[in-house]
Amino acid sequence: MARSLGPLSRADVTGAAALALVLALVLGTLVAVTLRAEAAAGLGPADWAAIRFTLVQATLSAALSVALAVPVARALARRRFPGRSVLITLLGAPFILPVIVAVLGLIAVFGRAGIFSTALGWLGLEPISIYGFHGVVIAHVFFNLPLATRLILQGWLAMPAERFRLAASLGFAPADIARTLERPMLRQVLPGAFLVIFLLCLTSFAVALTLGGGPGATTIELAIYQAFRFDFDLGKAALLALVQVGVAGAAAIIALRVSLPEGSGAGLDRAVTRWDAATPLLRIQDAALIGLAALFLILPLAMIARDGLPTLLHLPASVGWAALRSLAVALASAALTLALALPIAALAQHRRSKLAEGIGTLTIAASPLVIGTGLFILLFPFVDPSRLALPVTALVNAVMALPFALRALMPALSQVEADFGQLADGLGMTGWARLRHLWLPRLRRPLGFATGLAAALSMGDLGVVAMFAAPDEGTLPLTLYRLMAAYRMDLAAGAALVLLALSLALFWIFDRGGRLDADA
Amino acid sequence: MLTLDHVLVQWGDWKLRADFRIERGARVAVLGPSGAGKSTLLAAIAGFQPLAAGRVLWDGADITPLPPASRPVSILFQDNNLFPHLTAAQNVGLGLRPDLRLDKAQHIAVEEALDRVGLEGLAARKPGQLSGGQAARVALARALLRRKPLMLLDEPFGALGPALRVEMLALVAEIVRETGATLLTVSHEPADAKALADGVILVADGAAHPPVPTSEIFADPPEALRDYLGQPG
Amino acid sequence: MKALTIAAGLSTLASVAMAETPVLTIYTYDSFVAEWGPGPAVEAAFEETCDCDLQFVSVGDGAEILARLRLEGARSPADIALGLDTNLTAAASETGLFAPAQIDTPALDLPIAWNDDTFIPFDWGWFAFVYDKENVPEPPSSFEDLIASDHSLLIQDPRSSTPGLGLLLWMKSVYGDEAADAWARLNPQIVTVTKGWTEAYGMFLEGEADMVLSYTTSPAYHLIAEDDDSKSAAAFDEGNYLQIEVAAKLASSDQPDLADDFLEFMLSDAFQALIPETNWMYPAVTPEGGLPEGFETLAKPDTSLLYLGDEAREMRDEALAEWLAASAR
Repeated sequence: MARSLGPLSRADVTGAAALALVLALVLGTLVAVTLRAEAAAGLGPADWAAIRFTLVQATLSAALSVALAVPVARALARRRFPGRSVLITLLGAPFILPVIVAVLGLIAVFGRAGIFSTALGWLGLEPISIYGFHGVVIAHVFFNLPLATRLILQGWLAMPAERFRLAASLGFAPADIARTLERPMLRQVLPGAFLVIFLLCLTSFAVALTLGGGPGATTIELAIYQAFRFDFDLGKAALLALVQVGVAGAAAIIALRVSLPEGSGAGLDRAVTRWDAATPLLRIQDAALIGLAALFLILPLAMIARDGLPTLLHLPASVGWAALRSLAVALASAALTLALALPIAALAQHRRSKLAEGIGTLTIAASPLVIGTGLFILLFPFVDPSRLALPVTALVNAVMALPFALRALMPALSQVEADFGQLADGLGMTGWARLRHLWLPRLRRPLGFATGLAAALSMGDLGVVAMFAAPDEGTLPLTLYRLMAAYRMDLAAGAALVLLALSLALFWIFDRGGRLDADA
Repeated sequence: MLTLDHVLVQWGDWKLRADFRIERGARVAVLGPSGAGKSTLLAAIAGFQPLAAGRVLWDGADITPLPPASRPVSILFQDNNLFPHLTAAQNVGLGLRPDLRLDKAQHIAVEEALDRVGLEGLAARKPGQLSGGQAARVALARALLRRKPLMLLDEPFGALGPALRVEMLALVAEIVRETGATLLTVSHEPADAKALADGVILVADGAAHPPVPTSEIFADPPEALRDYLGQPG
Repeated sequence: MKALTIAAGLSTLASVAMAETPVLTIYTYDSFVAEWGPGPAVEAAFEETCDCDLQFVSVGDGAEILARLRLEGARSPADIALGLDTNLTAAASETGLFAPAQIDTPALDLPIAWNDDTFIPFDWGWFAFVYDKENVPEPPSSFEDLIASDHSLLIQDPRSSTPGLGLLLWMKSVYGDEAADAWARLNPQIVTVTKGWTEAYGMFLEGEADMVLSYTTSPAYHLIAEDDDSKSAAAFDEGNYLQIEVAAKLASSDQPDLADDFLEFMLSDAFQALIPETNWMYPAVTPEGGLPEGFETLAKPDTSLLYLGDEAREMRDEALAEWLAASAR
């Protein structure tokens, strides 16, 4: 197309600037840490073991999450039932919770004293043990199955209703639909979803360690933490971080190669009616799938609610203030995410650049510890880093949320441009006019999803960027940790419930905003 | 005057050549078998299709380097002529200002254009709430308002019924007469061409042939057109 | 560049304005400054007497305080680091960033003799396995007892947690060259190894294991704040490992006298009396009013174990390698 050959537009420059900022944060900080290192570093056998373990668990966790998410997403895509939108919102929940809250919720269900083991006890069976390699995978599936479901569901929703109508008119059975319509869509969506979850599991640290049962479950991120905190070996920390980014880059290249190019066919956004899935057997199968997924998802959340409710009304005022601060950081972070994601998505779309999208995705695999340390080294000569704790937190959160925003935006943007790009070009809609009157309205769903996710992710982030002083008046997750560190587990449970509710509310409001009036 | 000066479009082995002129105010039908390159010819004139060689000129000025929006062209596609998330009035208003910051006079102009194409009272509807014929009228209202000297129709009425299509073509003829625009319209229907056009461009065998007066070409169709029309020679 | 100049100008103005009240900057760990920690009360009490502005900067935990100071070097704005512990003092003193305190140290109530005049203790505790008396009616009285029992355990990773490192050195000091073997025998009872104390203790309270690695003083919180006497800690015959938390003055401090004043204040009653019920540790100097009611019920090991200085660091790397080899499945 003519546009891809055209000169650099202002939008391209904006996109390149956003990309440069992201690169500076991910690689610039890495360089800063390396230069500050006192000795050259090499990797020992323990580090290689950590790299191996990380690869195996991340691959398995991502594969399982994605494989299980496909039938659940399909069931959700072709069914309408009361509570469906609430369930879809809850799908965002585990992923945005602070690790400790989610782990305690999970343990309340699957732990030795959890309801699952207790129920087994009534049947005279041995309690299950969640600790070990399978525990790591179960926990990662708990965290990521819902996210995978959401990402894949997005793919189903992006399929024009007209195609299902056509399929119905041709008398397609579900198997025909799967072959003709759904499999090509999955070919597009799955590699990206797998990649995102693989990268998330790649940097897992506390979850892997806590449920892995011992130092055998050492991930690269833990090795980085050890190099930094235990040995103060900055060279090794940087080297390991580089390995992590390298693994992520390799995974990104493979995933983007495997995925089919997007695009093809427009359709008006009328509600999707599925004529193919009306058989009783399929109804039962879908109901069972949705029920199981909901149970797996909701039980741990219910446990968090149960533990938190008794102290909800006794929480000190500081928890309320912390919640407000967290809200402010979350909103700022969400705004920053969009400000980075839209120009990068535009650049990737306009210049047909998979590289731009790839770089935008890599940030998941960046080590927050190395970013924090690198930023500290870079900023310390000029400003007092302690004062920048909250802004830096918002920025780092935004960069971490960027890949999800890009994942949600890119396919939708390609579709919009395929359908309406020529019309907009013909009318001379460029820059702001194109953003305001074409992209924003056509991208409401993915934008709402991305904003909600970014806000909620930031809300649940511990809010301490390594080396930057934790603010005295902390964020909500930090306050929660401080309560636990001061033995006040009951109050911490109340704060966890507040955090859960606020994160979900943020996610719901944005996500909902994106889906309202979506026919328009 | 539209001039295609040794234009060549190329996709791998596939080629389309065009070298002709169309007088200002002419109404030309583009006929030819499916896949011959009718839409490609229009896309090349509108600026969506890069040229491998040659130039496109309007009144002697080279418009080849211009982006689509800067060319003296309004084009209606086979589909997706309207943004489904904008109202009829907004879709028309885009023809005046792509950022939709319309002043009062422009709002009135939009209303008048909608009235002109017979859509009184439907300004606030979105495309999903309009019939196919009404949606086509919205697109025509926008083209009317843009007043570009070249109007290209890439079978925008293909999905409409025969009666409705005739109605639309009549409306197009009126608009072209009012605005004095030069019209190029892709068509499958020789009847449409006969009714609307005073010249025919035959696209076949890798070339878009210079326009021939309609009466002549149908009186003595060249072989390629005969094949296409399925008429015995 | 202009922005920088303006910022520099502003900060000059600010420092002129603040010149009348000297600022004492103390790096400490996060839970110290929390609303429920000693920080707020310490700040108020010291500012009453010092005619200064005390500013706490919270930096993760003790190891992270040291890492940050190493990154900042001599340009650090910190005057005092508060919250390093005995496992870190060797590495800390090697950096040359710290200066001896010019104070008269009162007699310290520590289970061991203390001869360091750079790193001044402010509180201490014994690591111990904490349990619920109902679940563990007959607590183990030694590691061998523990290994012979079938009590399940939660411990912390020595690479990321202070108590975790404490247990590592505890085992090493008890078993010496046999430590790897002891770990191999203990491991089947270990439910899991968490990143930090918070995770392990939270999981213990959820009932995930019979015992959790914590401090002998942990039951005091439940007793005093929650009126719950169900928790207890096991004292071991071979002794429990000590943690002594220290503070030290930075050599680069621009307020060395004020820093000394603070270190002196730190050992006074006003500071020490806050420790038991905010940090839930033993104060380095028992305050005049004695320990709060309830502390007398706590388990008291007869023997205290501790590696000091360089020995702690040498043991650390050896013990970690042994633990990793014995525990990585």
